[in-house]
Amino acid sequence: MGCVESMNYEILLRDATFKESRDYIREHFREFIDVPPGFKVFDVHVIGLPPIAIGLEGNFVVFPYTKPCHGTFLLRVEDGEEATRLRALKK
Amino acid sequence: MDAITITSENPPRTALLVLGCPQVPVQTSIALYLIHRLERAGIAPIVAGNKAANTLLLTADPERHYLGEVMDLDRAVAMISDKQRDFDRCFVFIHNDAGVSYAATMGAISRAKLYALVYGEHYDELMKQIDFPCTTIAAKAVHNPMPLRKAIEEAAPWAA
Repeated sequence: MGCVESMNYEILLRDATFKESRDYIREHFREFIDVPPGFKVFDVHVIGLPPIAIGLEGNFVVFPYTKPCHGTFLLRVEDGEEATRLRALKK
Repeated sequence: MDAITITSENPPRTALLVLGCPQVPVQTSIALYLIHRLERAGIAPIVAGNKAANTLLLTADPERHYLGEVMDLDRAVAMISDKQRDFDRCFVFIHNDAGVSYAATMGAISRAKLYALVYGEHYDELMKQIDFPCTTIAAKAVHNPMPLRKAIEEAAPWAA
């Protein structure tokens, strides 16, 4: 997974469709932002149909990570700095 | 191949081929065929795929008679997103949900004319998911590349 491999992540969904991933974030996280494809979360350019939902929960960031052979993973990573940066985009 | 003179008013045209998972056999064959047709039209093809998809192509064409530049898919997405590089045409190989996601992403981040090459057992269901601007070239092709090759010839994307 490239730089994602070095993260301490939790997989919330695996081998999902992009839509399942977006619906999961909107249904399970009260706080989320919509970003365009190619938007950078950590060092990952997110892949998907716009709008792409990124979930926020305290210091945790929840984002889709798509691979050609394995579909979309929904990853949950703790990083207060990144969560703050993303939260600021809502304003 | 006819010689093509490149001048500052006539910069080389480029096409990015975004490969999907190589689990459907026709992908490698169609990619090499499309590369051949683009090159014949004076368009430089660049391939972006994951390691398995790229290795299949490099193994099939070890002396690079057809292949030019080959790059990692994540790197290609990063370069286009960061406005470091772009292409005139972009062909995205689609046989699963991830392929649709990559095509939508290319449509959003790149100025290239976008082509969705849709194939595989469930090509008709995948076509319904494509609701963004692009030219769709589709056929039910899994092991036999001829239906997709025929669809590509009819669309003639190198001529547009």
